Amino acid sequence: HLATSLPLPSERDHLRPRIDLVVFMIDIKSKYSLKNVETSLAHVDASFFLGKVCFLVTGVGRVNACSIETNAICKLGEAYCSPVLFCELELEGIRVATAQRLLRMLRICAGHIPGVSALSFVSLMRNSDDD
Amino acid sequence: MDETVAEYIRRTVLKIPRDKIKMMLQKWGFLSEAQLQTLNFHQIKDNISQEVVQLCEENSAGIKQAAALDIIYNHIYQNKRMWSVYQMKKSGEELEYFDITDFKKKFKRRLRSALKNVTITFKEYEDNAIWIRVAWGTPYKKPNQYKPSYVVYHSQTPYVFISASVLKSNMPLLCQALIVASSYHDICEMELRSHCLNSLKDIVFKRYSQNFQTYATKPLQGGNVEPENADIRIVQENRSEKERIHRVNQEVFGSGPLPKLEFAQYRLETMFKSDPKMDVLDKKEPFRCLVKFSSPHLLESLKSLASAGMADAPLSPLLTCIPHKARNYFKIREKKGLFPESFVSP
Repeated sequence: HLATSLPLPSERDHLRPRIDLVVFMIDIKSKYSLKNVETSLAHVDASFFLGKVCFLVTGVGRVNACSIETNAICKLGEAYCSPVLFCELELEGIRVATAQRLLRMLRICAGHIPGVSALSFVSLMRNSDDD
Repeated sequence: MDETVAEYIRRTVLKIPRDKIKMMLQKWGFLSEAQLQTLNFHQIKDNISQEVVQLCEENSAGIKQAAALDIIYNHIYQNKRMWSVYQMKKSGEELEYFDITDFKKKFKRRLRSALKNVTITFKEYEDNAIWIRVAWGTPYKKPNQYKPSYVVYHSQTPYVFISASVLKSNMPLLCQALIVASSYHDICEMELRSHCLNSLKDIVFKRYSQNFQTYATKPLQGGNVEPENADIRIVQENRSEKERIHRVNQEVFGSGPLPKLEFAQYRLETMFKSDPKMDVLDKKEPFRCLVKFSSPHLLESLKSLASAGMADAPLSPLLTCIPHKARNYFKIREKKGLFPESFVSP
């Protein structure tokens, strides 16, 4: 399901299946995109942040056009305990590889992989300094 | 043949891309077909231009013919120049019959009476456009052929498109000559500039497709905004929002191709508004600032801002009014009154 912002329109609530993974796409060339994601995050139920949320930063190939600092995005990832992936959609190889990564994450979040759950992502996010 | 004329012709030919030289010389019509046959267009341009100059020598070319070649070049490569739009005003409603010979005569007479050393060349095109090329000199110097001004006038309209040379001091003279020749009584510069001459014409002649405001609150359901997604597994949650943005864009920009402008400039003379506790700029003076939007195709990029997710729709009227207000230079001053919004000056 693709949405431009949250919350999702309520008229389609009954048509929606269970949500296993929420991927927030941030276009590194647009400050508007980061602001949009930050406001949408407030509408996500807290239980999703146990591994079912991920940030995908696009457009990183165009170094000259970056409007957002990667520092700010990494801080966002830390604040919400969610992984941050970087990719460049214009390159087919990276696009395909990123899609495969997201699919693997989705299968884990949906419970299709025995022995691994979404909570594993959270423990992998832990900074080595914390312990 | 004059040395300066020969050099001017040589330099003009050098400007032309090699594969277009033959076509342009044919359009020029000064060299005969037989002479053109003798030219070798497969050598380096330096040599081609030398050969052309030699042929012109045989035909005793003068500055008039050289200027004609220059007009042809600039007509084809009109988008290399920056054009400004001027509007002429009539005092009464008299509809006078336009006579091209009369126009040319009056124009030349007026210009030459003020400045003896000018080269004036006219060329008419099928779309009722009259191209005028003016090379300027001084009372003591011959005209500088390398910095001419170009004027494009459509006789059935009050608009004149001018690409001035760097010598701006000749503008008043040029404007005077234009109004005298065309029997108008005043001329003023519009705040509209661009490289694309056709787009400027589209804007002032209102030739682009404009949408009229519709008062329907919601369109009939079922109109598809984009072609059906080939993959039915992808669900667009914000379809109604996408459709709204599309509808707003259609209302504001219309559905046809938009005129091509390269920039919009806003000169702000508004007061700086900040948190009073921050104590920044406590002077009660307007904060002077210039905001410039540039793009290879400004209006198309504004149109795609909302659907690309970079701005909210509808866009600010300061941006969307550009085509129908026929201006891309704005001065924004503080509006004194009840509403603290900015006021766009005419």
